[in-house]
Amino acid sequence: VVWDMLGNRQFCSYKITTKTQNFCRNEYNLTGLCNRSSCPLANSQYATIREEKGRCYLYMKAIERAPFPRRLWERVLLSKNYEKALEEIDENLIYWPRFIRHKCKQRFTKITQYLIRIRKLTLKRQRKLVPLRRKIERREKRREEKALIAAQLDNAIEKELLERLKQDTYGDIYNFPIHAFDKALQQQDAESESESDEEKEEEDDEDMDKREFVEADDSDLSDFEDMDKLETSSEEEQEEEEEVEKKASHSKSKGKTPLKGPARRKRPYIEIEYEEETEPASKSKAA
Amino acid sequence: AAEHGGQPAPERVLFPPTFSVSEIKNKQRRHFMFLRWKQQQRKEKLAAKKQRRKEREALGDKAPPKAIPKTIENQRVYDETTVDPNDEEVAFDEATDEFAPYFNRQTVPKILITTSDRPRGRTVRFCEQLSTVIPNSHVYYRRGLALKRIIPQCIARDFTDLIVINEDRKIPNGLVLSHLPEGPTAHFRMSSVRLRKEIKRKGKEPTEHVPEVILNNFTTRLGHSIGRMFASLFPHDPQFIGRQVATFHNQRDYIFFRFHRYIFKSEKKVGIQELGPRFTLKLRSLQKGTFDSKFGEYEWIHKRREMDTSRRKFHL
Repeated sequence: VVWDMLGNRQFCSYKITTKTQNFCRNEYNLTGLCNRSSCPLANSQYATIREEKGRCYLYMKAIERAPFPRRLWERVLLSKNYEKALEEIDENLIYWPRFIRHKCKQRFTKITQYLIRIRKLTLKRQRKLVPLRRKIERREKRREEKALIAAQLDNAIEKELLERLKQDTYGDIYNFPIHAFDKALQQQDAESESESDEEKEEEDDEDMDKREFVEADDSDLSDFEDMDKLETSSEEEQEEEEEVEKKASHSKSKGKTPLKGPARRKRPYIEIEYEEETEPASKSKAA
Repeated sequence: AAEHGGQPAPERVLFPPTFSVSEIKNKQRRHFMFLRWKQQQRKEKLAAKKQRRKEREALGDKAPPKAIPKTIENQRVYDETTVDPNDEEVAFDEATDEFAPYFNRQTVPKILITTSDRPRGRTVRFCEQLSTVIPNSHVYYRRGLALKRIIPQCIARDFTDLIVINEDRKIPNGLVLSHLPEGPTAHFRMSSVRLRKEIKRKGKEPTEHVPEVILNNFTTRLGHSIGRMFASLFPHDPQFIGRQVATFHNQRDYIFFRFHRYIFKSEKKVGIQELGPRFTLKLRSLQKGTFDSKFGEYEWIHKRREMDTSRRKFHL
């Protein structure tokens, strides 16, 4: 009767229909499908396996308790041991129809399998899903774009590189004559003054280099490489300057041969010319 | 209706004093009045500017100096942990912290780059490019190995740093940088990752030369330690022949990473060409020991409720 009314024809609130099948949402349903034999409402003698907090229970419904909905479902705790639990199901459902017995055991097997899997997975590392918050994501993205614009990265990098060039961290690789050379260009016209000016240049050079060295110490600590490099390079610079004074031809060529200057400017890498002289210096730096 | 038709607005619209544009209930009319009000404001502003300029020219040298426009960097809330370059305490700290052996040139950095489980194509390629950028680095893939177990093995094999790139939905989105022998671990959120082929440039691949490192704008104590962490990834002696530079630029708590090749065209001009991947990082947390999410001692965590309240306050 119940089946005729609910299951087959009229409305059952537990029934879900899909294209190929009907499902039953009732929690006491044994198979999950909506059938005459698996409807817990339509069958007065019914049994299910349900698990709570990792323990499996066998629920049984008997026709004698039909008028007492509170006591309708009888609950039996099954043992943790798989085989023993199967035996318990058998002994509780003795004389019950084969279908229910079989399906109960199948369901119990499935449940124990997934419980085992849960326990195994919790031992492994689990991926923690952190929900993204849309408003925050958008805010962060916008702020990042604005920060990028404010950063002016190319300019900053170029400035930093030029700073390092000025502070002579590259040493003699780039033969850009520093400010001294501009002075030399000016002195190019008046050659009579050139010798006295060379001395001035030397002093200026040393002063400037020393000044640069001292300043570099106080410069912002964010350039650690700079600091360390400068320490070593400045020592070598001092050595070099001594060498320079001995070898008059070397650096004084910056002042003495102003004619080469403009030509030199066009070709910044003069490594070809000065390789023999500068190699020991660069080697000691690289080491 | 009259207001709608009169498109060329009168020169000087006189509003009665207790009238405000937002009190008109009709949206169309309200919008129209608002536009008119806006135009008026703009005219007044222009007039004021002209006036000021005239005054400035009239005064000539005696004019007051121009006002500096306010930027977020100007208005930044002063952070008391800003590092003063001459601070002795900071210098002492740095001489004794975990990076001291690196800065004293006792250790050579050796980096291990890895990903989270099952990396997708983009992440794999990013890892490869990253390993070409950072010298002396190796990429190993993880197949379900726990980080906690990898770390002792890494220490045994003399790695100094560990980088884990976390991936989500086929794009890398997180970076864990861990300094290995007992070092701090920094967890970043990574965004706008561009692989080499997506960057508009015509450069070749980075060579094997050791690049230089530029660290910009790391002002506070926290920023300092992060900066040192980055610096310790690269070997200490850059090879200037390579002309490559890796930049970590901090701006408003976002760290931008770029990799360039530079050329000095003259003493005042340098050209840079971008090669190599680029990405931006935002620091999420800094842990004292090596990577341990449960029992680690956190030095700094980004707490959104407390730290994101002001737009002018930055932590790095």
